Amino acid sequence: MTDDNPLLPFIDACRRNGLDPGPMDPATLAPASLLRVDVSQWLELAQAAKSAGLRWCAFWAGEYGTDMEAYSCMERAGAYLILRCRFGREQALPSLAPVFPSADRPERHARDLLGIVFKDQPDERRWTRHHAWKATEHPLRSDFHAQPPGPTPADHEYPFVTAHGPGIVEIPVGPVHAGVIEPGHFRFQAMGEIILNLEERLGYVHKGIEKAAVGRDANGLARLAGRISGDSTVAHGWAACQALERAAQIDVPRRALWLRAVLAERERVANHLGDIGAICNDAAFAFAQYQLTRLREDSLRENATVFGHRLLMDCVIPGGVAGDITADQARDMRNNAITLAAEVKQVIQILEDSESLEDRLMRTGRLAPELAAELGVIGFAGRASGQVYDVRADAPYAPYDQFEVRVPHYRAGDVAARAKVRSEEITVSLEMMARLLDSLPNGPCRTPWHAPAQACAGLGIVEGWRGEILSYVSLDEHGQVTRFFPRDPSWLIWPALELCVQGNIVPDFPLCNKSMNGSYSGHDL
Amino acid sequence: MLKLLNKIIRIGVITEPATPPAAAEMERLGIEVKRTLDRRFAGSLAIRHVDAGSCNGCELEIHALNNSYYDVERFGVHFVASPRHADCLLVTGPVSRNMEMALRRTYDACPEPKLVIASGDCACNGGEFGVSYASCGAVANVIPVDVRIAGCPPAPAQLLAALQYLLQSARAQHIPR
Ligand code: SF4
Repeated sequence: MTDDNPLLPFIDACRRNGLDPGPMDPATLAPASLLRVDVSQWLELAQAAKSAGLRWCAFWAGEYGTDMEAYSCMERAGAYLILRCRFGREQALPSLAPVFPSADRPERHARDLLGIVFKDQPDERRWTRHHAWKATEHPLRSDFHAQPPGPTPADHEYPFVTAHGPGIVEIPVGPVHAGVIEPGHFRFQAMGEIILNLEERLGYVHKGIEKAAVGRDANGLARLAGRISGDSTVAHGWAACQALERAAQIDVPRRALWLRAVLAERERVANHLGDIGAICNDAAFAFAQYQLTRLREDSLRENATVFGHRLLMDCVIPGGVAGDITADQARDMRNNAITLAAEVKQVIQILEDSESLEDRLMRTGRLAPELAAELGVIGFAGRASGQVYDVRADAPYAPYDQFEVRVPHYRAGDVAARAKVRSEEITVSLEMMARLLDSLPNGPCRTPWHAPAQACAGLGIVEGWRGEILSYVSLDEHGQVTRFFPRDPSWLIWPALELCVQGNIVPDFPLCNKSMNGSYSGHDL
Repeated sequence: MLKLLNKIIRIGVITEPATPPAAAEMERLGIEVKRTLDRRFAGSLAIRHVDAGSCNGCELEIHALNNSYYDVERFGVHFVASPRHADCLLVTGPVSRNMEMALRRTYDACPEPKLVIASGDCACNGGEFGVSYASCGAVANVIPVDVRIAGCPPAPAQLLAALQYLLQSARAQHIPR
C-alpha cells in the first residue's frame, strides 16, 4: 500500500486502537476494498473508520448458509471500504447507528426483513414493516414464502415521538398527499406556524424489490433495477449492470459505456429541469414551471425518438446498451444539447433576477454543512451543504475516467443553494453530453451476457442525478440472483429533510421537501 | 421583468391540438374501457391520483399532462386534492400491502360515479412486482377497475387519449326523457 492510499488514516486509526483488521481484499468487491471482520471487531472498526474521517455509505445484510452476513460500506476520498461480518443467527450484531446516525434506518430495515438482532440499536421501533407481516416473520429469509391471509390493516399505532406543551399542535400528513406525488407520512409538531419537529414514517411503497430480485437472471434483474425509482431508471440500471458485469467479469464495449453516460446525463438534465420548475411553482412562480417543463418535454420526446423510451427505461442492459444510435442522431443530439444549454441559461437568469423568488428560496430549509457531514448527505443535497462528492469526479468509472467533471457546490445549504447546484449541473451535463457525443467510439454497443461459472458477487457505484447509487448483487453458480441490495441516495437524504425543516414555517414544507427530493420508492424498496 | 415578458411572448402558446381517439384506435393505444362516464360529466372530470406503490415513473408522465404541450385542463380535466372532490381515481403502481388500506379508504371516500382508472402495467397486472408478501399486484385485486391503460409508464399522449375518449363518450350519450 502506498502513502497516497486514502484508506491509510483508517489503517493508522486501527493500529492506534490496537486493532488488527487483517488483510484488505481489493478484488472480491472491487472497486471497494473488502475486510472480513469478526463480529467482535465490527463496532470498533467502524469507530476507527469514523475517527479517520470515512463517510458512511450503506448497510445491508443477507443469509449466508445457516448464518447471516452483514456489510457496511464507507468511503474516503473516492476509496471505498467494505466491512463484512459473518455471524450466527442467534448472535447479536453491534449497531453502528451510535457511530453513524444514518445507519439507523438501514439497520431497522434489516431487522424487519431478516430478523437480525442488533446490540445497542438506539431505536427499537420497526421501520419498513407496517402490518403486512409479523414481527416474528422475516420476508427476506429464504424459507419465507407466506402472503398475508387477508387485507393488510393500516399502519396505525406507530409510536411517533410526541410533544406536549401549551400551544403545540400535531399535524399528521399522508400517506396520501394532496398532489401527484408518492405516499409517505409526515408527523409535524408545530408552535403556531413554526415547525418544532418533523418525523417521517416511510415504507408505504415497499413492494418487496429485494425479494423479487432473488432467482432472476441478469436481464430480469436489470429490468427490476430500472424500476426501483422510475426517475432514476438509467442510474439504477447502470449500477445494477455494473455490479453484474463486475461479478461475471464481463468487459463492456467502449461505445456502450459512452452511450450509458449519454443516457445518464439525459436523465440528470430531465429531472433537474422538471424539479427546478416544480420548486419555483411551489413558490408560486409559474413562469419557471411553464418554461422548464416545456424544455423537459422536448428532451423526453428526443429520448423517445432516439432511444425508444421517454424515460429511457430498459436502455441499459447487462453487457451494454439495448440499442445503438446513428451518426446523424448523435450529431442532432449534440446540437440540441448546445441549444438547450443556451435556453436554460436564459431562463435561469430570469429566475435569478426575481426578488420574490429569492425571498422564498433563500434561508429556507437550511441544512448546515456540519450537519450534512454528520449525516453523510450526498448528491446535490450534500453539495449544496458543502459536501463536495461526486462519484463521476472522485471515484470515476468508465467513461468518466476519460473526462474532467466539474462539480458545482455551495455551503448555504438552503433551498436556493440546492436549486442553484442543480441548475449549474444542467450546464455541466449538457457540456458533458456534447463531449461524449463528439468522442463516441466506434464498435459494438453490447457484449453478450454469459453467466459466470461459479457463485460470485459484484458492487456497482454510479452517480445518479440524486447522488451516489450503490448496488450489490450476488449470483449463484447458475447465474441467478441470490441477493440484491440497491442503496438509493434517498436513504441519506430523508434524514436530512427532517432536520432542515426545523424552525421553518409549515407552509414552506413542500418547498423543502421538493428541494431535497428523496425518492419514496427508492428508499422503501 | 422585460426579459421575462420577452420570453413569454417569444415562446407563446405551444399547446398542441389533440383529437379524441376513435374507438378502433383504443386497442392500439393499450386502453381498455369497461365503463364510460355519465353525460353529466361531459364537460368536466375531477381526478384524484393515488400512488398505491408505483416506482414514480407513472407519476412523472401524469405530471407531464399538465405541461404546456398537453395542457389537460383545457378539456375540463383537473386534479383535485381530496377523494371527496373526485369523480374518478387514477391509480398507479402495484398496490403495496402497506398502501392497501389507504387505497380502499380513498375509494370509499370518493363519491359516485367512482370511476377507477388503473394506469400503467403495474396497476393493470402487477408489472415487475407481481403479487408477493409486500404487493397485492393489480389494482383490480383491491378495488373495482373501469379503465385500464397499459404502458410502463403510459405516455402522456396515451393518458390524454383515454381521458378524451371518456369525456367524448359521455358527451355522446342521450339524456333519456
Ligand atoms: S408501470 Fe412502470 S412506470 Fe409505472 S409504476 Fe410500474 S414500473 Fe413504474
